[in-house]
Amino acid sequence: MITIALSKGRIFEETAPLLAAAGITPLEDPESSRKLILSTNRADVRLIIVRASDVPTYVQYGAADLGVAGKDVLNEHGGTGLYQPLDLNIARCRMMVAVRNDFDYDLAVRQGARLRVATKYVQTAREHFAAKGVHVDLIKLYGSMELAPLVGLSDAIVDLVSSGGTLKANNLKAVEEIAQISSRLVVNQAALKLKRDAIQPMLDVFAQAVNKSGAVNKNGVVK
Amino acid sequence: MPNSNWLLPEYIQDMLPDEAWRIEHMRASVLELLRLSGYQLVVPPLLEYAEALLVNGSHDMDLRTFKLVDQLSGRTLALRADITPQVARIDAHLLNCQGVTRLCYAGSVLHTQPAGLMRTREPLQIGAELYGHSGLESDLEVQRLMLQALTALGIFGVHLDLGHVALFRALVRRAEIGNALEAELFGVLQGKDVSALRTLVADLPQEVKNALLALPQLYGGVEVIARARATLPHYPEVLAALDELEQVAVHLQPLAHGIGIDLAELRGYHYHSGMVFAAYHAGSHDAIALGGRYDDVGKSFGRARPATGFSMDLRQLHGLLAQQAQPKGVLAPHRSDPALQEKIAQLRAQGHAVVVDLLGDPSLRHELNCDRELVLRDGAWHVAELKF
Repeated sequence: MITIALSKGRIFEETAPLLAAAGITPLEDPESSRKLILSTNRADVRLIIVRASDVPTYVQYGAADLGVAGKDVLNEHGGTGLYQPLDLNIARCRMMVAVRNDFDYDLAVRQGARLRVATKYVQTAREHFAAKGVHVDLIKLYGSMELAPLVGLSDAIVDLVSSGGTLKANNLKAVEEIAQISSRLVVNQAALKLKRDAIQPMLDVFAQAVNKSGAVNKNGVVK
Repeated sequence: MPNSNWLLPEYIQDMLPDEAWRIEHMRASVLELLRLSGYQLVVPPLLEYAEALLVNGSHDMDLRTFKLVDQLSGRTLALRADITPQVARIDAHLLNCQGVTRLCYAGSVLHTQPAGLMRTREPLQIGAELYGHSGLESDLEVQRLMLQALTALGIFGVHLDLGHVALFRALVRRAEIGNALEAELFGVLQGKDVSALRTLVADLPQEVKNALLALPQLYGGVEVIARARATLPHYPEVLAALDELEQVAVHLQPLAHGIGIDLAELRGYHYHSGMVFAAYHAGSHDAIALGGRYDDVGKSFGRARPATGFSMDLRQLHGLLAQQAQPKGVLAPHRSDPALQEKIAQLRAQGHAVVVDLLGDPSLRHELNCDRELVLRDGAWHVAELKF
């Protein structure tokens, strides 16, 4: 039995075509079903629906053999005990530092000021500012990070930015890119060794499907 | 909170009666196997100077080690997080043999952080090390012993995974890759993170770049070796490593349920120098036993010796086994009757546990872990089934 961990929403929607390419169709729609374990048309494959940030944990401890997780989540988790063999090129966005429009970020950094940074991605933020040699106090928030600089809770935020619309609407500007983010296929290390006969064909099909859709995108066709 | 005083710290647990006996039997059976193969038992101390324990300079190991200040010398002491460096120190300095030395050990180690959610911070490490031989025969000997030890413990269906750190080392040396990049490459290869790897190797010479990009794909069955010969540059170190892997795979095929080759596997890269191996089992999300060649570790103790060995955690292995109950004992009444005493001695000599019922309270008999009792019938003591 191969168990694949996915999160609802964007990742599930964008992974479904890849699964289809490997001949895997879920028998129920996770958006309408309240089940957490979904059967598929293949008796030897099932899906489990977990929170995006929990995917690496399920896969690391073998509760799932494969999973799809954003690079943002993997960076926070650390990625130990996981293989990340494939960039699925889906759910693309950027991890950015953003500040209020009237805040001089470069000056603050140059002066060696101690910045207060609000973020959901504490580990990523800590590593980024440590590498720059900037002192920061981190404030862990669980959502609506954009609010923090507006109400004086923090000087800057570290968050995912896709279109930049939310920043603009809240008078914030992105000042620094930390990383390009996209979703990765993650594989449990022991599973790849012990169940390679079942897993390897899936990896090959996913890789082919990703390459193909990449080629389509280059030709200007929007998925 | 006085009520929580008897709680243990996280990831620290007691071994309770049945488990403790089972683990003790496991320890004894592995050590007996090693004794019969000519391995000498050593018992290094629980703590020693931090410098001696952290010889391989691994940052991970440093973080994982509990440290304290020695009130006698003012120096930093560390509680061992791994017994291997201690055994290497014993080989390098105390025994000082010129030929082959075979040593084995079993003891608790402590980790500041558990190795995983399902692991303890106090693994019971058992293992064997072979010093003074650099050929393939010693690699084969320790890997064979590891597989035999797992079989002796009743763990079947073991998958053996082989890797060779000399491949990556050769590529790093040929391309004169600096320490910082080497560390990054190590990290992404361990995770088979191909997209990050592609960015890191962008500026390297073509030959090494292609070889590094090929490594994450080079895993699978024994056929990987042929693919590696066709893909990787034919440096002598690379060819020698591939030959070694092939020979070990051929020799150990009959002993393992499956053999896999993974050329991007660099576990223990900081101190390993040659072939590395790990045993996997369907019941565990992580390797259940591992080891490899570490020819340079003794150098920190002033005497570099070829070395290879394996180790495993008995507490982790215990979790894989069906939890068989220990045999129960025979309940004996508390009396000074010489005939009874003689019968008890006889039963004990035959290997039966005999428990004397000091309280003689029938309502508490079920606590004494017995399923038979001694009863006086026709003037003689007999063993009968115990009824509650």
